[in-house]
Amino acid sequence: MAKENTSSFNRIDGITLLLYFMLVAIGLLSVFSVEYRSADPNLFAMSKGFMKQFMFFGVAIFVGVIIFFTDSKFFSSFAYLFYAIGIFLLIITIFLGKDVKGSHSWLGVGGIAFQPGEVSKIFTALALSKFLSSPDTNFKTLKHRLIGTGLALLPCAIIILQDETGLALVYFSFFLVMYREGLPNIVMIIAISIIVLTLASLLIDKAILLYIILGLTLIAAYFIRHALKRDMGVRIILIGIFSICILFSQVAVPFVFTHVMKGYQVDRIYSMIGREVPEDYQSKTTEGGKKKSGNASDYNVTQSKIAIGSGGLLGKGFLNGTSTKNDFVPEQNTDFIFCAVGEQFGFVGSLILIGIYVSLLFRIMFLAERQRSAFSRIYGYCVASIFFFHFAINLSMTIGLAPVIGITLPLLSYGGSSLLSFSILLFILLRLDVDRQAMIR
Amino acid sequence: MSVAANPRALVIKLMFIGTAVVILLRLLFLQLFEDKYKIMADDIAIYKKVVFPPRGTILDRKGKTMLYNRLAFDLTVTPNKINKNLDTTELCNALGIDKTQFNKLLQRVIIKNGYRRPGTFIEQLSDEQTARFKENMYLFDGFELLERSIREYPNSSAGLVLGYVGEVSPGMLKRDRYSSYTQGDYVGMSGLENGYEEVLRGTRGVYFYERDNHNRLTESYKKGSMDTQAIAGRSLELYLDAEIQEYVEKLMKNMVGSAVAIDPKTGGIICMVSAPSYDPNLLRGRDRSKNYAALNNDYKKPLFNRATQAAYPPGSTLKPMTALIALDVGVITPSFGYPCGGGYYACGKRIGCTHSGGGHAANLRLALAYSCNSYFVHIMRLIEDAKKFGNVKRGLEAWHDYSWNFGFGHPTGIDIPYEKGGILPDSSYYNKLYHGSWNSCTNLFVGMGQGEISLTPLQMANAMCIIANHGYYYTPHFVKSIGGNPKDTLLTPYLKKHKVTRISDSSFAIVALGMQDVVTHGTGKIAQLPNINICAKTGTVENKAAIDGVAVKMQNHSAFVAFAPRENPRIAVAVMVENAGYGATWAGPIASLIIEKYLTDSISTKRKYLETKLMNANLINPYLPKIEAAQRFRDSMRYEMRLVNKKLEEREKYVKDSLLIRHYFEKIYGKKLP
Repeated sequence: MAKENTSSFNRIDGITLLLYFMLVAIGLLSVFSVEYRSADPNLFAMSKGFMKQFMFFGVAIFVGVIIFFTDSKFFSSFAYLFYAIGIFLLIITIFLGKDVKGSHSWLGVGGIAFQPGEVSKIFTALALSKFLSSPDTNFKTLKHRLIGTGLALLPCAIIILQDETGLALVYFSFFLVMYREGLPNIVMIIAISIIVLTLASLLIDKAILLYIILGLTLIAAYFIRHALKRDMGVRIILIGIFSICILFSQVAVPFVFTHVMKGYQVDRIYSMIGREVPEDYQSKTTEGGKKKSGNASDYNVTQSKIAIGSGGLLGKGFLNGTSTKNDFVPEQNTDFIFCAVGEQFGFVGSLILIGIYVSLLFRIMFLAERQRSAFSRIYGYCVASIFFFHFAINLSMTIGLAPVIGITLPLLSYGGSSLLSFSILLFILLRLDVDRQAMIR
Repeated sequence: MSVAANPRALVIKLMFIGTAVVILLRLLFLQLFEDKYKIMADDIAIYKKVVFPPRGTILDRKGKTMLYNRLAFDLTVTPNKINKNLDTTELCNALGIDKTQFNKLLQRVIIKNGYRRPGTFIEQLSDEQTARFKENMYLFDGFELLERSIREYPNSSAGLVLGYVGEVSPGMLKRDRYSSYTQGDYVGMSGLENGYEEVLRGTRGVYFYERDNHNRLTESYKKGSMDTQAIAGRSLELYLDAEIQEYVEKLMKNMVGSAVAIDPKTGGIICMVSAPSYDPNLLRGRDRSKNYAALNNDYKKPLFNRATQAAYPPGSTLKPMTALIALDVGVITPSFGYPCGGGYYACGKRIGCTHSGGGHAANLRLALAYSCNSYFVHIMRLIEDAKKFGNVKRGLEAWHDYSWNFGFGHPTGIDIPYEKGGILPDSSYYNKLYHGSWNSCTNLFVGMGQGEISLTPLQMANAMCIIANHGYYYTPHFVKSIGGNPKDTLLTPYLKKHKVTRISDSSFAIVALGMQDVVTHGTGKIAQLPNINICAKTGTVENKAAIDGVAVKMQNHSAFVAFAPRENPRIAVAVMVENAGYGATWAGPIASLIIEKYLTDSISTKRKYLETKLMNANLINPYLPKIEAAQRFRDSMRYEMRLVNKKLEEREKYVKDSLLIRHYFEKIYGKKLP
């Protein structure tokens, strides 16, 4: 048994581990730089976030070692049980949860607080992998598709009840896994289209958007011109898609903003992406002629954009971030940790960080695809999807591309729950990858 | 094994890449194409603190301090930091105010600055207030002393030379020299404070700090690498003798006029008095603007530097120069004489001469000693009509060139601002005046220093330096060295020797002897000093003023120029006392006292009576208030006229424009503009 364990250590995927350490190191340095004060004599006091994060990292490594000594079949065997425990924790959190920043998604156990919503991502990933890889499951049937969706969205629903919308939305990333395992293309296309169209309607001027849609349609028409000539159906589909897009962006969104939503709601939505409400929608938002401003998330994004934007090409240099060091960006240790990188290391630094993330995502997919067992493969995709969702939404919200929802940047953001859950997610995949030739059910 | 084997894996990969690209494009836009974020980040997080260094001090020739910085204290208060149990009575006692005043002052601070920011409670505490406050400072939480420096003039003299500092004005800010100043900065407004502003002010320190979201300063920005240290202003060491300056100001306190003394060997100014003088300590601190207004409205114009800005006809004091020119042109020799019988009649009109005794102008030395008018108007005509020039215009041009070289007709370039150049007529001046038809009879008065020529006392003193030095001078200046360095680049223009004429040494020597005769047995005997050969020339300047629209002859200006000792000149003096009388009566004694004090360091008891006489005199022209009022009225009318003209011009332009618009409207649209 001992011999087998040593050899299993040798088979751990080094590249993934290296990328992991790089990201954790960048995270530690970012947290350090945010808290750094040149006049502070206690730079390394235990009360500092930097030191705490370092401690969490130690715990993560410790848990990682335990995971490597665990039998790989353990994860699939107990997947459903874990899932049940996760759901149970989520439910009791609704009642026993502590109020932290307006949500009660934190559970305190003997002085240590953690977010069950973070941890249950792992359990959901395991359970979904177990379900989808089960020989009894036929994902082409509607029933099994609904069960899969239910598995992914049940924790999501409970977390919404805890007023932690951002975390809840993460569970939608499991659709990416289900898509990989056979969900029809059309579902994916529609989902992505809705997301893109909604964001585009918010971010881009109505008239400009009209031209963009028109242009894209003409390009598409050019590429399928032969089909268009031959087939009446294709023509109808193209015109149909075009009309839907136009209706959605030019009629539906303005209608919702001006007639359905209240003024302050529109205000809130725009402030979440750190933008001013366009004039077309302002009639509802303005009362007495003066525009309301100074919304909390509005301030966050503005400060975040200032911090990142002022970084320039090469940044201001390590420990020279004037915005991040002086507490101008709220939540800069957690949700807005990317500001530290953007401000101190500029575009080049951001490019490198994004490069590391994309490499990690690709490596995880590579690991997933080389698994012999379906369970491991699907689990791998779960990990990739969760990382991707966090990465994409977190960065987008710091630069004003997506609404500010409390989502952490994997492995960089300060916080034990976040660091631990992402580490465990990754370590379980690495553990499964060690036994990639085995069939795990 | 290949990932690409599964098309859906490929789609997911493309999605990852697509998202990353969108984020990167957005970052590219944010970080590279938009400058505003950088500006905003600096704006919110960087605090620029400007530290003003102490201004340089000014010392006289003996190292005596003439201008320095005194520390003064402002009492500031931060209202919300005041202890609730503050012993108000104690504080009021220390400051010498009562409770209602205390409450009023506190209210004012609260209204102005709010509760949290410190505001000035009392400006510039007196020494006694400061001392008593300091004694019990620990009792008064929230009250703090704020240090600031104030210019202090220990001698209370030389106000116009030293100048004063004041807040920079919007008009000054538009000029290049003050481009680095901002509203509210203090700057030298006149005198040496202005002339050597760049030296005295030092280098402002700029320190950059970071501040946090609560506006607290956290640390220095970029470890202080962008900071510049404040460098204290350098000191100025002057040629000026504080003692003589103060002494002359006292002598002339009841006169209007000026006195300038220069060391001919260096061009260094020993004293420069414009009477009446004022106490420069009035123009500093909290009452500056009030005092300034009072001084500015005084009809005796104490803020007007008569030594450099007032131009007078030099009168007979110009005669040595006329003699030098005549000698050099070759129209006379030292033995040339003129048979003056008490007047000059050659041009049809009598020009009077104070002496009528035979032979008082038998040669140049005699003519100088007795200041014969006939002699000098005659030789002036000889210069103008000299054969070698061809005609009178060329002759006058030649005279003009000589005079220009003597430093007349243009500012000398002294190191305090706003110097005037006086008037030196040339042929075009007379062409304009007499429509081209004039001859040497027209302007012969200039030869005796009357008529169209006018000089500043500084120019007269400088001309004495030229005679004393036999033909060269250094630009008159105050500053000997800057921060102990006599070769500072700012001083190079004053180290240059100006060799101005090719007039021969013998000509200078004979004129100097003539001037010595003035003192030994001529018109200026009053200036005689034992064992010192003084060379001098008296001057009595006729002048008129318009009183109630009528030209009234005023009492003559009393003028006196001198240098001494003749063999090795160490001082050259010019004194002008307005409307006082004969040159030898008033200006002469002042000049000789200056010379005596400078050369012997004391006044002999035999001459003390002169001091008393001068100090007790009241020589202020009784018409002066009227003249001054008329001048002010003319100035204000001129100003009004300018304004009216400007308005008319604008109106005219407006009417023209609207007519033009109407015209083109009709042309284009074929109908009248409503």
